[in-house]
Amino acid sequence: MFYREAGDFKTTYSEDSQTFPIKFDRIRYYAVLAVAFGIIPFFINDYWANAVFVPFLIYAIAAIGLNILVGYCGQLSLGTGGFMAVGAYAVYKLMTAFPEVSIFIHVILAGGITAGVGVLFGLPSLRIKGFYLAVATLAAQFFLVWLFNKVPWFYNYSASGQISAPERDILGIVITGPDTTAAAKYLFCAVMLLLVAWLARNLTRGTIGRKWMAIRDMDIAAEIIGVNPLRAKLSAFAVSSFFIGIAGALFFAVYLGAAEVGESFGIQKSFLILFMIIIGGLGSVFGSLAGAAFLVLLPVFLKNVLVGGFGWPTDLAAHIELIIIGALIIIFLIAEPHGIAQLWRLAKEKLRLWPFPH
Amino acid sequence: MPDTFFFAAEVMINGLMAGIMYSLVALGFVLIFKASGIFNYAQGVLALFAALTLVGLQDGQIPFSHVINAIFGTELHHFGWTLPAIVAIALTALVMVGMAIVIERYILKHLVNQEPIILFMATIGLAYFLEGLGDVLWGSDIKKMDVGLPQGISETIETVTYNWFGYGFFIDKLDIVAALVAAALVIALTLFSQYTKYGRALRAVADDHQAALSVGISLRFIWVLVWSIAGFVALVAGIMWGSKSGVQFSLSLIALKALPVLMLGGFTSIPGAIVGGLIIGMGEKLFEFAIGPMIGGATENWFAYVLALLFLVFRPQGLFGEKIIERV
Repeated sequence: MFYREAGDFKTTYSEDSQTFPIKFDRIRYYAVLAVAFGIIPFFINDYWANAVFVPFLIYAIAAIGLNILVGYCGQLSLGTGGFMAVGAYAVYKLMTAFPEVSIFIHVILAGGITAGVGVLFGLPSLRIKGFYLAVATLAAQFFLVWLFNKVPWFYNYSASGQISAPERDILGIVITGPDTTAAAKYLFCAVMLLLVAWLARNLTRGTIGRKWMAIRDMDIAAEIIGVNPLRAKLSAFAVSSFFIGIAGALFFAVYLGAAEVGESFGIQKSFLILFMIIIGGLGSVFGSLAGAAFLVLLPVFLKNVLVGGFGWPTDLAAHIELIIIGALIIIFLIAEPHGIAQLWRLAKEKLRLWPFPH
Repeated sequence: MPDTFFFAAEVMINGLMAGIMYSLVALGFVLIFKASGIFNYAQGVLALFAALTLVGLQDGQIPFSHVINAIFGTELHHFGWTLPAIVAIALTALVMVGMAIVIERYILKHLVNQEPIILFMATIGLAYFLEGLGDVLWGSDIKKMDVGLPQGISETIETVTYNWFGYGFFIDKLDIVAALVAAALVIALTLFSQYTKYGRALRAVADDHQAALSVGISLRFIWVLVWSIAGFVALVAGIMWGSKSGVQFSLSLIALKALPVLMLGGFTSIPGAIVGGLIIGMGEKLFEFAIGPMIGGATENWFAYVLALLFLVFRPQGLFGEKIIERV
């Protein structure tokens, strides 16, 4: 009834090419923003921030980054954890070396440094394709983790080999360090996610995004119609790593506060984020958000039910969680290989026809 | 400095032996990839699951005892018997065949004709599932595996080499057994695929699914067959690794080590898996020995990947892989 384009007349080109062509979607989008920035920060407490919202926001950034590489450009990567580590260590070095510069600039710079590293490890993608490339990106994962573990310069020669975030603020509001309020953490991550999602959405529907998708669908054909594979692939690696680096920087500086590289940025993280985009939907910004929300909420939910509800021991609950996640992934792939985003798309399609499906 | 030389030689031989262990896992990958084009990430977890099941059966553990204890508050752990190793191995092999049937019936059948990446993800899901299932079934504590394989340093080799070179080589007996088993496995697999009806059917499917279907080969049966064989290979790998370093979660991580082996050898070549394993095993041990101390050690974590990566830049299909021909 209310969900359709009929009656919503576009009179300018910019209106015609807007992200949400249907009025209901636009209203919903602004409503979500209003709730996210106007209501949640006033009610958020430490438990909700640390267990649900902050990890969700950060993983969503990382998932958007990985989705650009895997979902839009078709280059399978298992090095996400390593690239997040680059972002984390870059922001740590920047924070300790230039304490007077704003943390916001540091996070962006950390993303930039990660983009450089990403391009470096993306170079082989010009020769290596498919699963061979996926395994090749594992080289990045293991090498980077090893590097941050073994070279003391990266963790400022601290005795424990850990890095811990010093206290930094923006306009007097503490963002990192132990005294950060839940609302500050949440808002900072939410602003970053909004920026990243906005950028990703607009990149992927422009020239560069179309080039990525052409490469994904068939790289030789794309080359023949004039897409430069070198530029397209490396730009995908750069943009993807930029976002992942931001996510890594936030993950360390805002969420964890202190990190040990093998534990926080190991291969498990790479797989987790890959699952997010598979379950959420490859090649969709909304899918990245949905997948991140799903995989952040699921363990919290299972833990509350199994440990809190049934009183089972935590290790058993952790194993059952593995079984359930594994089974869900398989069920999802069988039922809907294109993820939550596709379900959403179908639902919207049905809604447009309702109540008169032909 | 002959001593350094001999030491390097010893490191190299031990590297070769470690490489054989990687090859054992890589073999399972290659079998499944050849027959169905599925990149089976779960191979390492299959090995872990097989080893867990073997130890559990051998010690007479009660399956799901942890869950039962948690729900009913009982204190069940063991049936109180121990099975002979050979019976336990046979039973575990049966379990792996059963699992192949279940995997085909409930996962692969529904994913026919999906893109390779979707199938790859499904096997990662399977890996998580089996890892959780193995832990729930048999408990997650580190277990000792003892199926009667020789353990420890071989003294014969040490004395013989000492008499010859004036330097005693330290070589683990288990590694020698693993090398022999790997050789036997490759020979058996080759004979099977060359001379038996089902082996030929397997090769036909690997060559061309459509053509194989049209001459009356049942794809579903072949898939069950190939997953059973991969399960059996996983069992062998699980026994070897379990005897070497105990049955524990980290066993499933050897799958990650098998990946560069595969890249080097090519995803579709059985000899490639062996040769790749030898190169990786030897390379990483020698690198750790020669360069490792200079740059902080523990280079084994990444050396294999970087080596494979550099190698692939020059030869994208691996050593023995089929040449990748791209058409539009």
